Amino acid sequence: MRWSFFLRESMRGLRRSSAPALAALLTVVLTAVVLGVFIPIQQATTGTANEVRSRVVVDVYVKDAATPVERSELRKAIEDTTNVKSVEYISKADALADAKKKNPEAFRAGAELLGSNPLPSSFRVTPDDPDRLQQIVTRLTAGGQPQLAAIDEVRDREEDTAKILSATGLVKALTFGLAILLVFASIALIANTIRLSVFARRREVEVMKLVGATNWFIRWPFVIEGMVVGFLGGLVAVLLLAILKTTFVDPLAERFALLAAPDTIDFPLLVVVLMLASIAVSALGSGITLRRFLRV
Amino acid sequence: MAVAKTGPAAAARKPRVDTPVVEFKDVTKVYDGGSVAVQSASMRIGRGEFVFLVGPTGCGKSTFIRLMMKEFEASRGEVSIAGHPLADVPRSRVPYLRRNIGVVFQDYKLLPNRTVYDNVAYSLQVIGESRKEIRRKVPDILRLVGLSTKLHNFPTELSGGEQQRVSVARAFVNHPPLLLADEPTGNLDPETSIGIMQLIYRINRTGTTVVVATHDKEMVDKMRRRVIELREGRIVRDELSGLYRPEESTTEFAVRLRGELGIGAEGHPN
Repeated sequence: MRWSFFLRESMRGLRRSSAPALAALLTVVLTAVVLGVFIPIQQATTGTANEVRSRVVVDVYVKDAATPVERSELRKAIEDTTNVKSVEYISKADALADAKKKNPEAFRAGAELLGSNPLPSSFRVTPDDPDRLQQIVTRLTAGGQPQLAAIDEVRDREEDTAKILSATGLVKALTFGLAILLVFASIALIANTIRLSVFARRREVEVMKLVGATNWFIRWPFVIEGMVVGFLGGLVAVLLLAILKTTFVDPLAERFALLAAPDTIDFPLLVVVLMLASIAVSALGSGITLRRFLRV
Repeated sequence: MAVAKTGPAAAARKPRVDTPVVEFKDVTKVYDGGSVAVQSASMRIGRGEFVFLVGPTGCGKSTFIRLMMKEFEASRGEVSIAGHPLADVPRSRVPYLRRNIGVVFQDYKLLPNRTVYDNVAYSLQVIGESRKEIRRKVPDILRLVGLSTKLHNFPTELSGGEQQRVSVARAFVNHPPLLLADEPTGNLDPETSIGIMQLIYRINRTGTTVVVATHDKEMVDKMRRRVIELREGRIVRDELSGLYRPEESTTEFAVRLRGELGIGAEGHPN
């Protein structure tokens, strides 16, 4: 009896005040679509930024005089250093091949000019956190350990590293800030629209109080209304997003592998998140807004 | 509202005559703005009484009514309904208090987007009455107020008097022991007012205690019921069978009014 009554009341409310309900629905649709587009973009941006950051490395050049035993001891010492994620050995021959590939012009006729390979062998050290790079450099150059005696030079490509770190850091902070801003704007917008539709019916609430309706008895139909509006709004938004995805993003992703490269949220998961968020925000919005009118 | 004591002896005993339905003990109400609406008012209204609250606009009549419904608390003193001090009724219990008090207002306060039937049925749905009971009670009460032919009309399709009848039906459909009416005839012409008063009087005859706030002098004079007169928040008169203004006949009143308005004794304006 009670729940069917609440359901009937909320349906009646939606029918009778369809204009404010439609406004609330439209608001939910718009904000959900904007969020649905922005969430993958934010993730792709962060993913790309992280990918760039993972290229930050330290090169440890090994003295030519070092014996193979010293080299393997050095490798072990570097691997044991705090914050080091992985170590890659680049031999003299590898380094030469690399240099030839990067700059074929210089080596076309020049290989014979140099009697021997001038490039040193090296270890490429990848840090577990790009921001800790400087600490690794300090630990390796501080010396003291006999294993590190084979080190000729430690280079962190200071300028490149600083540029990459500051640029990607800025991008990450910006997108994160935008995401927060967008979420708050969505909640405020939906709450305000709902407030309008509840305000239009404050007389009704007053009468309900007069005949002795409890607060929850008054609130439930409004909350159910909010859930219905949220559900419909979320549904429309998800349909729009699905159309956008199949017509624009998917064909692009097939042609350019780059677009699909960063890990973004799965579409089904995105759908679930958006639906739940729309329903929850709308229901809470109507329930909380009512509080002001219930104080009689 | 009245909490039933257990045991056959308590159930069999008639309600004690000396427990007033409404009791004000030295009640003062000061609004947040600082204006004093009621000043140290004390009164008792017994079971089954019919009481007029009279006085000029702004004398505190509506505040009296709203204090009885616990729309707000008294600033000082104690308001009791059926022997229960309202200050002890927690917020969450206020809806249950109101189910035992029927209220009628000058502006009817009907829900505009519901039919006459649904407006009355709503106050039964709120207290969790079964659909069967609602279908039985609502047509009954609407027949009592004389609206059995307008069940499915909307309030905007009714005259003022008919709307007030719906509002009375809504207030009384639960058969509350107390009925409050704040200027029930304030918007109605004299003929319609008599019909509404007759209805309220009929409700009073069933044993319901009735409090009517009004400045409808003629009505008060004709009905000769208990009158409590308020002036600037104070009770200045409490008579068991009173007139609106006992010291003055209607002719005297007219003469006084003409004098105050500066119109000649015989001078009819038209």
